[in-house]
Amino acid sequence: MGPTSPAALLAPVISVRGLVNRFGDQTVHDGLDLDVLPGEILGVVGGSGSGKSVLMRSIIGLQVPAEGRIEVFGREVSGIDATENKELTRQWGILFQGGALFSGLTVAENVLVPLREYFNLSEGLMAEIASYKIAMVGLPAEAGPKYPSELSGGMKKRAALARSLALDPKLLFLDEPTAGLDPIAADGFDTLIRTLAETMQLTVFLITHDLDTLHAICDRVAVIADKKIIAVDTVSALAKLDHPWMQEYFNGPRGRAAAATAKQDGGRAAAATAKQDGGRAAAATAKQDGDRAAAAPPGLAKTHETGPESS
Amino acid sequence: MSAAPATTSVTLTREGNQISLTGRLTISRAEALEQDLAAALDAIEGPVTLDILAVERMDTVGAWLVHRLLRDRPGSTLEGASADAVRLLAEVKAADVPCIMRPESRPFFRRELERLGAYMFEFFNTIGASLAFIGITLIAAGRALVSRRGFRWNSVFIQMEQTGVNALGIIGLMSFLVGIVIAQQGAVQLRQFGADVFVINLVGRATFRELGILLTAIMVAGRSASAFAAQIGAMKLAEEVDAMRTIGLDPVEVLVLPRVIALMLMMPLLAFFASVLAVIGGGLFTWISLDIPPATFVQRIREVVPMSDFWIGLSKAPAFGLVIAVIGCFQGFQVSGNAESVGYRTTLAVVQSIFLVIVLDAFFAVFYTQLGFD
Repeated sequence: MGPTSPAALLAPVISVRGLVNRFGDQTVHDGLDLDVLPGEILGVVGGSGSGKSVLMRSIIGLQVPAEGRIEVFGREVSGIDATENKELTRQWGILFQGGALFSGLTVAENVLVPLREYFNLSEGLMAEIASYKIAMVGLPAEAGPKYPSELSGGMKKRAALARSLALDPKLLFLDEPTAGLDPIAADGFDTLIRTLAETMQLTVFLITHDLDTLHAICDRVAVIADKKIIAVDTVSALAKLDHPWMQEYFNGPRGRAAAATAKQDGGRAAAATAKQDGGRAAAATAKQDGDRAAAAPPGLAKTHETGPESS
Repeated sequence: MSAAPATTSVTLTREGNQISLTGRLTISRAEALEQDLAAALDAIEGPVTLDILAVERMDTVGAWLVHRLLRDRPGSTLEGASADAVRLLAEVKAADVPCIMRPESRPFFRRELERLGAYMFEFFNTIGASLAFIGITLIAAGRALVSRRGFRWNSVFIQMEQTGVNALGIIGLMSFLVGIVIAQQGAVQLRQFGADVFVINLVGRATFRELGILLTAIMVAGRSASAFAAQIGAMKLAEEVDAMRTIGLDPVEVLVLPRVIALMLMMPLLAFFASVLAVIGGGLFTWISLDIPPATFVQRIREVVPMSDFWIGLSKAPAFGLVIAVIGCFQGFQVSGNAESVGYRTTLAVVQSIFLVIVLDAFFAVFYTQLGFD
């Protein structure tokens, strides 16, 4: 799955060249380039207001860029007609920051919306598809007939993820999926995304502020700063680069704590994989102590490195 | 991969009840695949052997169809599954938890009965709750009167501008046009008796006593009751009302009182303004159409419209203002849950306040007639 895998040799799923976005006289992006490779989970990080969400909105066609060329699945996003656009939107799923569930429909009906729109499946099959999608994202069956206003924040995110996965997309956009979740729920969500990405062979474009998410599930990370993507690489490689913002981001107290957790999880995960096959078990094990060290101050995180060995 | 047609060949072999699948098991082919599988299964008794060796690509929907077949035919076996397919099947199998799509619906009769019950409950509840709300507003007013801080006159003036001054244009135009219409229609009827001149009585008495205030109240209900409900409702959704409480501000005092006071002060002024504009409209029509000069018109108005009509009209205004403001704010506080509820409550605020204004007006009409003002 990493950048060295054969997948990297294929044509990029998303290709952004020379993107320029302006709001009034404020320039958000100035000649931004980015490639997302098939099958990878690409994290996008950057300070608040650096234009992460604007980049995502440009790629999915909600924001018309001032200049630049954006291709998704080899097709240019701007200037396509309605039929092509429908064909394109069928192939991606989007999880908005606030979930953006339709408030007048139940969770299950929300998942059914794209299914009804694009396919002429039997009612029974559609209901079954909605049911297993809801179960797949870790929601109990009782959540199906509930309205979004009756759900907690974490459940809303899961329901929104179920809707974005409704059409079995090849490409998934996630805008801060773990923001506003407690550490345990956030870890669960990370594991879920990793598992789904592996089983459904998804390419994931992930905007996040969550350093633990970066370490846990991202194959590569793109850093937005100074209106451009200044680097795309693995987290550990980025942490070594000599850029003031990145140094502060990856090597600040939070960054170090997350890195320590990831290192410790890596060892445990490898051991677990050897015993039981399948990445799921590894991720599940990694999940268990992830949040403790992440939540602890950096000093404590160090002591945790040896802690779980005895337990 | 070329854009091959949906190759969903389902083969039955005599010996082994075998179904072989080739091509892509994906969501876009699921419709045909489901039907073909059902047809094939109808021809087979007992367990099935499913061969998916020749499947190029499978997504979760394809996996689900395979899983469903294996689940519904106990003893069935799967052959030729790749490692990815096995994992996908396991994933789908783990997620096989049926859930219902929408809350259970009851039989028609019970559902309608329940709706009627819920409606009646809501109806009486609203009456009780709105009376309680008036009480709370009065208590807040009393508290504000004796407190050192006093009324929030700043908010009151802002609300007076928004609900009163900003409404002058539309209310003026509406009243002016209604004045013309009354005069014109009256003239057509009264001309038959040669009593054209009584158009002035009609315009003067109708507008000062009834129409000026009633039309103003309806316009303000549509304009301000909806605004109050939407403003307060949106604040409630954004937890601003809760934030006020935690800071120690009384939402009723901060949000409701200024609106109620502002509307009670502005309604008489707006009603007076509307009546004057209606009379001007009627006067203009009589001048142009009946050749009654403005001076004569004003002279006649002073003779035929008793002062009591004017005071009766204005006396109703604060009551209407109170009703409109209280209903608007009350419905705003009833907002809960989602954005849809803001729209629902805003509609209710307008409908209820217009209805109550008309009911109240009928009450006033009977009341003043019984007192001997006719």
